[in-house]
Amino acid sequence: MQCLIRRVSAALALMLFAGITNAAGLDIDRLMQGLAQIRSGQASFVEKKYIAMLDKPVESSGELFYSAPDRLEKRTLKPKPESMILDGGSIVIERGRQKHSLQLQDYPELAAVIDSIRGTLAGDRKALERSYRLSLEGGAERWTLQLLPIDEKMQAAIKHIRIAGAQHFVSSIEINRVDGDRSLMLIEKLTAR
Amino acid sequence: MRVTSARAAIILWLAFVISCGIIISRSQFTTDLSAFFPRNPTPAQQMLLDQIRDGLASRLILVGIEGADAQVRATLSKQMALSLRANSAFVSINNGEPVNAARDQAFLFDHRYRLSPAVTPERFSVEGLHAALEDSIDLLSSSAGLLVKSLLPSDPTGEMVQLLSQFNSSSRPRMINGAWASRDGARALMMVQTRATGADIDAQEYAMRMIRKAFEAASAATPAAKLVMTGPGVFSVTSRDTITSQVSRLSVLSFLLIAILLLLVYRSFMALALGFLPVVTGVVAGIAAVSLGFGAVHGITLGFGTALIGEAVDYSIYLFVQSGRGSADRQHWIRQFWPTIRLGVLTSLCGFSALLLSGFPGLAQLGLYSIAGLVAAAAVTRFVLPHLLPENFRIRDVSATGVVLSRLLRRAAAFRLAAVMLLLVSCAILVWHRGDLWNDKISSLSPVSRAEVELDTKLRADAGAPDVRYLVVVSGASQEVALLSAEKASAILQIQVDQGALAGFESPSRYLPSMATQRARLASLPPPDVLEARLAQAVQGLPVRAKLFTPFLSDAATARVQPMLQADHLEQTSMGMAVAALLIQRNGHWSALMPLTAPKGADINAARIQTALQAANLTDVLFVDMKVESDRLYSGYLHEAIVLSLGGVLAIFGLLLLVFRSFARAARIIVPLLAAIITVIAGLALLGQQLIILHLVGLLLVAAVGSNYALFFDRAERLNAPAIEPGTLTSMLFANLTTVAGFGLLAFSSVPILQAMGVTVAPGVILALIYSAIFARQSDAH
Repeated sequence: MQCLIRRVSAALALMLFAGITNAAGLDIDRLMQGLAQIRSGQASFVEKKYIAMLDKPVESSGELFYSAPDRLEKRTLKPKPESMILDGGSIVIERGRQKHSLQLQDYPELAAVIDSIRGTLAGDRKALERSYRLSLEGGAERWTLQLLPIDEKMQAAIKHIRIAGAQHFVSSIEINRVDGDRSLMLIEKLTAR
Repeated sequence: MRVTSARAAIILWLAFVISCGIIISRSQFTTDLSAFFPRNPTPAQQMLLDQIRDGLASRLILVGIEGADAQVRATLSKQMALSLRANSAFVSINNGEPVNAARDQAFLFDHRYRLSPAVTPERFSVEGLHAALEDSIDLLSSSAGLLVKSLLPSDPTGEMVQLLSQFNSSSRPRMINGAWASRDGARALMMVQTRATGADIDAQEYAMRMIRKAFEAASAATPAAKLVMTGPGVFSVTSRDTITSQVSRLSVLSFLLIAILLLLVYRSFMALALGFLPVVTGVVAGIAAVSLGFGAVHGITLGFGTALIGEAVDYSIYLFVQSGRGSADRQHWIRQFWPTIRLGVLTSLCGFSALLLSGFPGLAQLGLYSIAGLVAAAAVTRFVLPHLLPENFRIRDVSATGVVLSRLLRRAAAFRLAAVMLLLVSCAILVWHRGDLWNDKISSLSPVSRAEVELDTKLRADAGAPDVRYLVVVSGASQEVALLSAEKASAILQIQVDQGALAGFESPSRYLPSMATQRARLASLPPPDVLEARLAQAVQGLPVRAKLFTPFLSDAATARVQPMLQADHLEQTSMGMAVAALLIQRNGHWSALMPLTAPKGADINAARIQTALQAANLTDVLFVDMKVESDRLYSGYLHEAIVLSLGGVLAIFGLLLLVFRSFARAARIIVPLLAAIITVIAGLALLGQQLIILHLVGLLLVAAVGSNYALFFDRAERLNAPAIEPGTLTSMLFANLTTVAGFGLLAFSSVPILQAMGVTVAPGVILALIYSAIFARQSDAH
């Protein structure tokens, strides 16, 4: 098995307060409990996609809004304004005058990726474990959760997903695809409730 | 001489009954909505009727699986779908399994340059390509980038994204364990499209049976799981079952009840059997007349026949009770009483003739049925029955009852003030309730129970099934003309969508563009060498190399020489089903249906859409609001029926005037009837029951039956008798009781149209008798 875990690029961690202080004893359950405490939040993001077809990575940035358990809004400001609202099983993407509504169920691969992010934000271990094998590294101050797809179809597309964070907050999401394409989203928290 | 005329009458009667029987045996019986279809529909009504009969929505059966656990429900859904898909009775079985997805996507992809509205000459210029490529690369960086990445080399202008988002715009149910489920997750969902139209009730019943069979035969079946079904076809089937079972049960019950009542009075089975002869003759004559006049007999009419038993039996009661015994007495009866009864029959005919003129075929059927039934029953009583009675025929002596009644009647005058008061109060109630007296919603006629409607609403919301209330219909002499018009209308509707006045709309031209549009789109694609050169220029300044798009160049070249997209290319795809439902050919005329979806949380502003369509000056465009249209249709019937009924009452009055040549006398007959009608309406208003069209029929019946009572009282006055004969009184009481028994049962029916007649006629005839008695004494006192 040639499954070398790549080093996650530096994740900037910002936090307001720390609920769990013992850095040594972090396990998945405790991480999830901590994450689940965050009911809503707002953050800024910078996302880079490395796509083989393109000569250089494409970069986008904007803001994220999350409210538990399953609403996530990604408001891209650059390079083109776009908003993506994820609510339950539907996605609405608005770009300029165009508005697309998609059902997650029609795009299982996309759904799995989105659920990995939502599941982590919601601290829903059960949901995550339906699609992924989880492993945790690090302590409360800096942790990295690795998700390996269980489903064969997913395995053909996604190599792994790595979500890093500090305390109850997610600071980066990295998605590595089997075809070598990769995306890395860095997240900086603005407010949380 | 007398014997031969008697024999002739009997033979004629027998021949009549037998020929009626033959007609009935060849008759067609219906319970569908055809009774509510107008004879001369407007184009909008015609569209409504077509949709009700065989439109897209009429073929939809929504299936829900409840109980057990989510896994079992989903498995059941998949097993049922598998077996139903093999059944040719169904066009499609949709439970969220991706059975068509691959074919659908292949179809859209293969024909993207003919289907995408974004394909224009500008889009394939250097600038256009550059802009489209820039967009596509931006899209890669976006959240949906994952979806479009693999498409980029062959579809750099993003036509597929365009098409997919168009096609997936409707809301769909959530998935649980690989099958559709309700929003709360408690029910698995399936949308079934039948091949047969919704109006083909037998086929719908078969479809329901097949669905139930598939459910029971599924290996995952457990007693904990429950199957529910709804949809227009299901409603038709359950309505038919309800009407059929209630009509047959009520017929048997009212027959038994009246038989018991008559046995108590007559104490003679012979009298009972003979008494029913006019009834049976009336019923068969009524059914045969409707069958001949309308081609088919509706279930409502049969239900009405049940009730008519209670009225037709009156004639034989009058004969038996009033004529005493012996043939001489019967000749006396014919001389003395028959003219009064004949006048009663004539007044009834005046009332029911009004119904014949109704544009509402259901009502016209009832009118014809009543006329034929009453004439036959009265004629048999007058011309056949006296000959059939044995020489020594007699019923129990009921004069004791008559004496009691006479005594009661003498005190009736004391109630005159009370009766006037009651009438005044009733009038006041009518004035008070004048605004909400009538229910002009067509749903008020439906025998579908509230629970069933609730289930339908719930499943429909869960499934995101269209309710097809608003339709834009464009038509033309050919498919091409209809599709061209649909494209023009689409452009206007799209503006309304952009402005937020609509959430969306459907159009067959979306999946099957007109030939003209297809040609125009293909002409937008430049020849391969030109496209290649433009593309090389277009990629400048973008992080992609032109080489990447080799698949695009070859696809564009192929598209230019592809044959025109025809309806049969759509076969076996979801789009094909949509086109089949939305593009209709009838009598060489093509119509394209464009259902509109209201914006979330708001209603469609019909006037605004209509104005927009009119402003575009399109020909043969129709905006149909199905609900308003059907309610308008029915309320039109209702108002017409009200006018006709008033006309019927006027006709009765006119007839009485003509016969009596005395306004006062005619008024004395008509006033108790009107009083009874007003009191009944007031009572219903007080009980909160809004009147539907069948209440009106009931009121006409009250006038018809009541006129007999009023005429008997009038006859007594005219003879200058000290009082009405006890025998006549007794016969009126018995006739009244049988009518109440026959119609009273209907009041307990759960079918609104039967219940309406029951609650009107039963109290109405009692009131008519009482009012006649009370008001009759007034002139007697002179």
